Amino acid sequence: MLAYVVRRALYAIPILVGVNLITFFLFFVVNTPDDMARMHLGMKRVTPDAIEKWKAERGYDRPLLYNAQADGSDRLTATIFFDKSVRLFGFDFGSSDAGRNIGADIKQRMWPSLAIALPQFLVGLLVYVSFAMLLAFFRGSYLDVSGVVLCVVLMSISGLFYIIAGQYVFSKLLHLFPVSGYEPGWLAWRFILLPVVIGVIAGLGSSGRVYRTFFLEEIGKDYVRTARAKGVPETRLLFRHVLKNAMVPILTGVVVVIPTLFMGSLIMESFFGIPGLGSYTIEAIQNQDFAIVRAMVFLGSVLYILGLLLTDISYTLVDPRIRLS
Amino acid sequence: MEPQQLLIRAPVTRSAWIAGMLAAIALAACSEHPWNSPYPAQQADQNILYSSFSERPKHLDPAQSYSSNEVVFTGQIYEPPLQYHFLKRPYQLEPLTAARLPAPYYLDQAGRRLAADSPAADIAFSVYDIEIKPGIRYQPHAAFARNAQGRYLYHELSGADLDRINTLADFAETGSRELVAADYVYQIKRLAHPRLHSPIFGLMSEYIDGLQEYAETLEQADRQQQSRQAQQLFLDLRDYPLSGVQVLDRYRYRVKIRGKYPQFLYWLAMPFFAPLPWEAERFYSQPGMSERNITLDWYPVGTGPYMLTVNNPNRQMIMQRNPNFHGERYPREGEAGDREAGLLADAGRPLPLIDTVIYSLEKENIPTWNKFLQGYYDASGVSSDSFDQAIQIGSGGDISLTPELREKGIQLNTAVATSISYMGFNMLDPVVGGDSERARLLRQAIAIAMDYEELISIFANGRGIPAQGPLAPGIFGYREGQAGINPYVYNWSGRGPQRKPVEEARRLLAKAGYPDGRDVETGKPLALYFDTTGGGPDDAARLNWIRKQFAKLDIQLQIRNTDYNRFQDKMLKGTAQIFQWGWNADYPDPENFLFLLYGNNGKVEHNGENAANYRNAEFDRLFERMKNMENGPERQQVIDRMVEILRHDAPWVFGFHPKQFVLYHDWYHNAKTNLMANNGLKYRRIDPQLREQKRQAWNQPVVWPLGVLGLLLVLAMLPAVIAYRRHENQRVQAVQS
Repeated sequence: MLAYVVRRALYAIPILVGVNLITFFLFFVVNTPDDMARMHLGMKRVTPDAIEKWKAERGYDRPLLYNAQADGSDRLTATIFFDKSVRLFGFDFGSSDAGRNIGADIKQRMWPSLAIALPQFLVGLLVYVSFAMLLAFFRGSYLDVSGVVLCVVLMSISGLFYIIAGQYVFSKLLHLFPVSGYEPGWLAWRFILLPVVIGVIAGLGSSGRVYRTFFLEEIGKDYVRTARAKGVPETRLLFRHVLKNAMVPILTGVVVVIPTLFMGSLIMESFFGIPGLGSYTIEAIQNQDFAIVRAMVFLGSVLYILGLLLTDISYTLVDPRIRLS
Repeated sequence: MEPQQLLIRAPVTRSAWIAGMLAAIALAACSEHPWNSPYPAQQADQNILYSSFSERPKHLDPAQSYSSNEVVFTGQIYEPPLQYHFLKRPYQLEPLTAARLPAPYYLDQAGRRLAADSPAADIAFSVYDIEIKPGIRYQPHAAFARNAQGRYLYHELSGADLDRINTLADFAETGSRELVAADYVYQIKRLAHPRLHSPIFGLMSEYIDGLQEYAETLEQADRQQQSRQAQQLFLDLRDYPLSGVQVLDRYRYRVKIRGKYPQFLYWLAMPFFAPLPWEAERFYSQPGMSERNITLDWYPVGTGPYMLTVNNPNRQMIMQRNPNFHGERYPREGEAGDREAGLLADAGRPLPLIDTVIYSLEKENIPTWNKFLQGYYDASGVSSDSFDQAIQIGSGGDISLTPELREKGIQLNTAVATSISYMGFNMLDPVVGGDSERARLLRQAIAIAMDYEELISIFANGRGIPAQGPLAPGIFGYREGQAGINPYVYNWSGRGPQRKPVEEARRLLAKAGYPDGRDVETGKPLALYFDTTGGGPDDAARLNWIRKQFAKLDIQLQIRNTDYNRFQDKMLKGTAQIFQWGWNADYPDPENFLFLLYGNNGKVEHNGENAANYRNAEFDRLFERMKNMENGPERQQVIDRMVEILRHDAPWVFGFHPKQFVLYHDWYHNAKTNLMANNGLKYRRIDPQLREQKRQAWNQPVVWPLGVLGLLLVLAMLPAVIAYRRHENQRVQAVQS
């Protein structure tokens, strides 16, 4: 397995270079260093001299990809791309264009994001699997039909609606939870509960329906029929056999998101005033802060690759037939 | 023994944790504190003001901060020598840390003193000697902390010293010292600092004697220092004298201004000219500080009524009363009606009246509005989303609160902002620009067709007044009533200004050579281009409305919608044709509006703020005269003529002056809006007991719907459970049989 992990890590390097290059192109197609300087220096009374100085201080006065005026390797290294990208591979995110330490910001903001995302992920998984198993258990009954209809209804509603409606009902009408806000430490539970409940309900439709399909597919297989013929009770059949075998497709979608949980959720965090990482990248794009954009895209890519690797490893845990080679 | 102990400890810790959580939930449930309160219970009766912000302030360094969302904080922390009187109107400057309002004396080119009424052309320099009050002290700050020997504790920090430091609050010791004139001089020098890029450096280098050369000196010094040191370290500006700004003694300093520039006094009321102690810059410049995000831009140091104690703009920014504040008192006089409105009830009381101000980040309007209605914010603006819930407009256009808000005791303050939103014509454009009669008539026709009354009604919920010229109400030179209307666009009637009919616009258009929107020379329909940014649903409706206004004249308007970068680029190159822009006044002087159309401020030629690139020789001559004049009938006459030139030439369609609506609860006092002062927080007062009573009355938890919901779920499951049990039993029976 170690050889497999090392090989996958090496595969990741060209992927990360590619992602970095695409981010770089996309960013500088839309923004020029002059635009970035103007955005950072403000809109009123900015002089061309100040713009030039701002660019020079941050290395944005260099050519983007190729420095024709330099000699030797400097033609590639004395460029914005090289200067801004190489350190990322050592996970040194450096400073934002506004001068703040990106690593410190990420460390500070990831915990509130995790405080919402982790319980939502765990509770959600438990609820979705239980709900789907319930529907599969009562397949063909009024409960199954009602459940599927409910899933379709829940899927058809915009995620934003759950948030606004949830805040309206639980906070404004029933006065049970704060509308928005956050407290660090144990007091955070008061602020986390409502977004977690809303997040779980918002995901119930799609996940519940998909998992139900996985379970129904397993239930129709020969080994289940054999087990049932041998007199295995239905509940034991579901939890011991069907659940375990349906875990492979479930894990495909679940494990991959685990490393990215701390990246947060933009809309949820915005509406609930959670000081997480969800809006960090969007704010950076709006403020034309390339340093943060490249750092967050890079980090997102690394975590996604890690998630895929973990997914592969998790297959071997739930299905002994699978071997990583 | 050891493993056993561990085995015992682990479950105890876990159970303690669970018990703690349950206890916390139980306590929250049993307490009288509303469940939906976003604040800790112990804050309930405290003298705390709660407010919100929607965007992180970019800069809190007084040399860099310029945006309105930044002065909300810097205005309370930093103290420039002057301020605006809180209550009096029109806006009046008064001393803040200065002993008195500085009166300049004038010098000629040879340095000889001139009479106070000398013509502006003879004045080579204006000299301001500013004296500050003694005994003012800075807020407690680590930069001032000293040991018993008088040495600064935190000015020579090593990497090891910073190991456990993550925020400014991690420094155990703080100190303070008296404010001195040298601190003001130090800050003015910082405007030229090569690494700060102060937005007003360009402007001030035109006026403050020697500032331009000083910037070059500092740049050279900074380069030399960087070549010696790998890291950017402290550039001690005390070592570099600035010819135009000098310390006279401990409490007096001198600023030498080129020519006559009466508006300089207004700048002395802005944080750009607040004091900055060298110790602060020395402290923050140490290696390792910026890596921990401990910078002056993040943790300001001032003498003002408040100090920023928590700066987490991703969640909360907290300002607390500065214990060293110098005992300023609430004003004893205001304008007519202030006493009756209760605005002088606190006359003579020491400021600030509130102990702590907590600003919470609220990116969305809906949660902010809901929290205001629940009493968790003390005041609020009115967004478009909540306008109908808050405001009702009568048939006569009178504005009042909805019954629901009145019942809650909420009150409304309105004020016309000292700003303008306008539609500009690029005067370099061959079709709409230039000083030809044809282009002028075309612009005038468009000015009539653009029905800003309708725009204000549809897109601003009536929050604005149509502009008759570039000057906003409240600014000297602005004329009310019939004398103030733009006669090229409006007629005067008994009900006020009435926009001229579209037929008049069509007549002007025909006279310009575009009858029915067709060019008589080519026979082709007239197509114009509107350059703008933004592509959201709201923008689409607004752009469609603008297109319809032009369609009234049979002019085809092409919308060129681009991102803000491209739009800026077009404006800088002068390739835009018609555009929409706005201006928010820096200070209450007509110069700050009329300079937007001064020829030497043209955007294309001079990279200035004259986005229309308008140039008129007479206007420019009058502007140069007007800007140095004292307010009075003569200046009014000059302004009248300048405004008349602009109305005639129509380089702008004078759009509208937005109206600010502020809602506040009945426990919030001294809520008078002062659009110029940025340090108004110290005058506000709240009644925390009344607030807590109302919060509790408004936010009683309603739990029974949860019980009903749970019951419904059980009832829904019950038949299925029964069916399952029956099914299981049937199978057993079948096997038995």
